[in-house]
Amino acid sequence: MQAVIRVQQRDFSLAEEYDCLAGRTDIGAIVAFVGRVRDLAPGEALELEHYPGMTEKALAGIAEAAQQRWPLQAVTVIHRVGKLGPAEQIVLVLTASTHRAAAYEANAFIMDYLKTEAPFWKREHTAQGAQWVDARESDETAKLRWEKQ
Amino acid sequence: MNTIKILYFARLREAFACAEENVTLPAEVHNVAALIGWLAARGGVWTDELGGKRVFRVAINQDMARFDAPIPPGAEVAIFPPVTGG
Repeated sequence: MQAVIRVQQRDFSLAEEYDCLAGRTDIGAIVAFVGRVRDLAPGEALELEHYPGMTEKALAGIAEAAQQRWPLQAVTVIHRVGKLGPAEQIVLVLTASTHRAAAYEANAFIMDYLKTEAPFWKREHTAQGAQWVDARESDETAKLRWEKQ
Repeated sequence: MNTIKILYFARLREAFACAEENVTLPAEVHNVAALIGWLAARGGVWTDELGGKRVFRVAINQDMARFDAPIPPGAEVAIFPPVTGG
């Protein structure tokens, strides 16, 4: 399996990353997920901190776990860090397989594990000051559904 | 004697005003639970954050670790709030 894992400050292009998989005759389905900054007003920002080294290791481990579970030809995970403004892109996950079911499910699996196991932390900068974002119980629940199966 | 590096991230880094430190552990501090108890005994913000009232996670050598996990010699231990990426 081809796995691209990147943690970066700069923006990414869904089209460019998709094009990297174009021409592959063994791939019948590609699912793309893009997570974006929402609910911020102009001038406000979302800041993402991470644990360099562990982040890449955790993302590679999650991609590997997805590949163990579904027949995947390619996985791309790109996560941004640093300060992001309203409506900016945060994360891209591409999953490529022969058929759509594996691509859909593996994509959701990767995001559910990324949100609960990859060491990123969000902080919101608003007119009221800076505040760390609390972890959500629903994210943990979303991950657990894969462990029951 | 086991000298380890401890990293703190996000809210914990700010609360402790410390991003990383090297510490030599007493012999009885051999696993994660013992390490947390030892750090919480520093008092003040250390007790507030690690004394049981607030939730946090621990990684050993860049892998998530349980509270009963042993601490290997020279380990890189990280303590941080539950993650919020994606």
